[in-house]
Amino acid sequence: MVLAATWGGCNAASVGQGAPEFELPGASAAVKLSELRGKVVYVDFWASWCAPCKQSFPWLNEMHARYRGLGLEIVGVNVDAKRSDADQFLAQVPARFTLAFDARGDTAGRYEAKGMPASFLIGRDGTIVAMHVGFRVEDKGRIEGEIRRALGVN
Amino acid sequence: MQRRIPRILLAACLPALLLSACAEVKPWQKGELAKPAMQFDGDPLAARLAQHVYFSKEGASGGYGVGGGGCGCN
Repeated sequence: MVLAATWGGCNAASVGQGAPEFELPGASAAVKLSELRGKVVYVDFWASWCAPCKQSFPWLNEMHARYRGLGLEIVGVNVDAKRSDADQFLAQVPARFTLAFDARGDTAGRYEAKGMPASFLIGRDGTIVAMHVGFRVEDKGRIEGEIRRALGVN
Repeated sequence: MQRRIPRILLAACLPALLLSACAEVKPWQKGELAKPAMQFDGDPLAARLAQHVYFSKEGASGGYGVGGGGCGCN
């Protein structure tokens, strides 16, 4: 078991490496990471019970509105075991970006999410450009800067 | 002599069996733990009040990171 844990750590997602592939059920159609190649993808792992996630959603909607046209795709990966918990959260805090549902936490496990929320900024070539754990209002500007750099806008 | 080997084996396997119960809870698996029913204190305000009364009565200072001499006035 310990061995498995260390082994898992070896292929954990990290900056400069290729983002682990995933295919998950979405709000309407399945969401597959490789189909988004060529876009800058912001993968955000969130849960209904996570307070900072609730804070981050309006900002994610704002980023979606501002940079969607320039090639940004935000994928909010929900890790709730029960879909109804996620739906209740979404009724309170609507998401205008793409949603995916990872009820078993397999994808979160492959990305080795260190906390909730955990986000991964993936460049157009599919490599991870930046990683964040948690959401703090004061980090908004810095993360937006990273998104802009990944998109190639200044 | 033949009986001792299984015993040693059992003794060696027992910690492994016990260890398997200590699975790490990953950040995305903390949904159940985040429920209000899983908190030590039912009501945060009541808990704070009880703590205040406790350290005032005990006359100890700094135990909860708050100064106090036992007068109950802080």
